[in-house]
Amino acid sequence: MSTLVFVEHHDRAPQESALGVLGKAASLEGDVAAVVCGEHAREVAAELGRYGAQRVFAADAPALAAPLPQPRVDVITALIGEHGFDTVLLGSSVLAADIAAALAARLEAGLNYGLVDLRLDGDRLVGVQPILGDSAYANVGWTATPRLALFRSGVLEPRDVGGSADVINVSPSVHEWSQAARLLEQDRGESEGPSIEEADIIVAGGRGLGAPEHFSIVEDLAQALGGAVGATRAVVDAGWYPYSTQVGQTGKTVTPKLYVACGISGAIQHKVGMQNASVIVAINKDRNAPIFDYCDLGVVGDLHQIMPKLTELIRQRTSG
Amino acid sequence: MKIAVCVKEVPDTTAPRRVDPETLRLDRSGEATLNPGDTSAVEEALRLKEASANGEVVVVSMAPESALNSLRKALAMGADRALLVADEAAAGSDILPTSRVLAAVISREAPDLVLLGQQASDSDGALLWGALAERLEMPLVSQATSLTVEDGTATVRRQTEFGYDVIETPLPCVIAVSDAINEPRYPSLKGIMGARKKPQETLGLDALGIAPSAAGAAGSGTQVLSLDAPPSRGETTVIEDDGTAAEKLVEFLSEGKYL
Ligand SMILES: Cc1cc2nc3c(=O)[nH]c(=O)nc-3n(C[C@H](O)[C@H](O)[C@H](O)COP(=O)(O)OP(=O)(O)OC[C@H]3O[C@@H](n4cnc5c(N)ncnc54)[C@H](O)[C@@H]3O)c2cc1C
Ligand SMILES: Nc1ncnc2c1ncn2[C@@H]1O[C@H](COP(=O)(O)O)[C@@H](O)[C@H]1O
Repeated sequence: MSTLVFVEHHDRAPQESALGVLGKAASLEGDVAAVVCGEHAREVAAELGRYGAQRVFAADAPALAAPLPQPRVDVITALIGEHGFDTVLLGSSVLAADIAAALAARLEAGLNYGLVDLRLDGDRLVGVQPILGDSAYANVGWTATPRLALFRSGVLEPRDVGGSADVINVSPSVHEWSQAARLLEQDRGESEGPSIEEADIIVAGGRGLGAPEHFSIVEDLAQALGGAVGATRAVVDAGWYPYSTQVGQTGKTVTPKLYVACGISGAIQHKVGMQNASVIVAINKDRNAPIFDYCDLGVVGDLHQIMPKLTELIRQRTSG
Repeated sequence: MKIAVCVKEVPDTTAPRRVDPETLRLDRSGEATLNPGDTSAVEEALRLKEASANGEVVVVSMAPESALNSLRKALAMGADRALLVADEAAAGSDILPTSRVLAAVISREAPDLVLLGQQASDSDGALLWGALAERLEMPLVSQATSLTVEDGTATVRRQTEFGYDVIETPLPCVIAVSDAINEPRYPSLKGIMGARKKPQETLGLDALGIAPSAAGAAGSGTQVLSLDAPPSRGETTVIEDDGTAAEKLVEFLSEGKYL
């Protein structure tokens, strides 16, 4: 096997999920290279030997300054053409997913996604892909090379193997049309108030609340329990609640003792951010909502009926 | 402005789903519906059309002929036409042939804008647009939570792991919208009645010049080898609220010493 791992970084910090993928690649046979694009690429590249890369390609050019996918597809395609990698691995992120899909089309290569593991069965590479809300695990393979794989975020832990890598600077040529999209502005959504990552109890609300003003039901319950308030991307994107409270793939990863999910379907991108809570309680009116597959106690019912009453009962007990 | 919206028919999202152990493909024999995330893409297209003088919204899909039923929901919402690639040879397509086929139909239409939904509820891929944009050689923005189009330029706000980006791109381009971008309208009775009479064209692969071997499982780059049961999740108790759920929750929380 000859593997290339795409490593995304922001402000000089490589993404954890990509470092985890690098470790996975190093645990399989063959040589492992990584590619880092954009500002500070060389600095980041120099660190990647520790996580399992033998060679790291660093591409820094004005066209790669913004975290946009298409110029990176040009860079990776050129590397594959020149060095003949048969496997390209990426840790999931908004950027990496767009790169992976575009690479598949550019190279007519097989792309397996959402993987939680990768192994060699003899000389056949097999990926493990949970499907249908994790209700089944598919073992998946490739029929076209290079083999592309996108891993689910947060499943592979980075491993510090203490190695060092050769850093190779590359100067990519980027297509005209790959550079047509331009980044105008970045808003980090800096958090206001205490971080939900520290909270022992989180009461989280989703679109099932029906309207932004109904978040008060969630706030009341959180207050009665002495916990913090969380939210799904759906309600954050809709402007109902601040980004700093978002739990999930593109938000925070939380591990409270208790997580109460209210009007949340439990989509996989939400689940990856909260599945390690010690106890998960869910209130949802749809018996088939995915959240009921992985909660400890689920209540099928209308949150508008249940939550105010629950808050009231808790207040009575804790004040008495 | 001409807008093509990629939409997909998926199994009813409120019913249990299963993979056929024989074919290792999703069992699509039950009730089907328009993918929920795609109604947001249709809604966004309709809003853009309504804001421009002479717009057209074409919904595009690849699926068996029966999927026209679900495409009609988009027509009932207000889309002008439906274009469906239905061909037995397309069964079992992964992202490679799906993007190949959709790129071929979309090229014929030459739209100013191509919209997609957040993700298909059956595949959970949230990927197709990347492959489609590549084949169309168009700029791409995914996860759009707001979209404005003015003077041939689209401006998009979108969420990533690092907060929000604002990205600008010239038309034509491919944009995938978040399901929070808008509140999709419900089709009116008039819309539903009118939908039947709107143009609905079905094409085979040959009409697009795509060989059967370049579609379906044969044209795919991946395969499902086998299925395993998921690892045990521990115990899950689910109760129906009969009016006493709040009391039961208090009991549970108190036993766990959370109160
Ligand atoms: C690349 C990518 C990244 C993403 N990142 C994240 C992320 O970081 N975090 C995240 O959360 N999502 C993320 N998502 C989105 C995710 O896929 C889901 O769309 C989102 O989590 C859904 O939010 P929700 O549960 O609030 O809404 P919905 O899925 O709409 O669920 C609402 C639920 O409320 C229930 N409900 C409605 N009314 C009531 C009532 N009266 N009483 C009780 N229940 C009711 C419904 O039955 C439904 O199950 C991401 C998606 C993509 C593609
Ligand atoms: N067969 C298809 N026909 C048309 N559009 C599709 C098809 N499959 C997926 N899409 C579109 O691509 C989006 C993402 O799909 P996916 O990458 O499969 O999650 C969906 O929301 C649809 O807009």
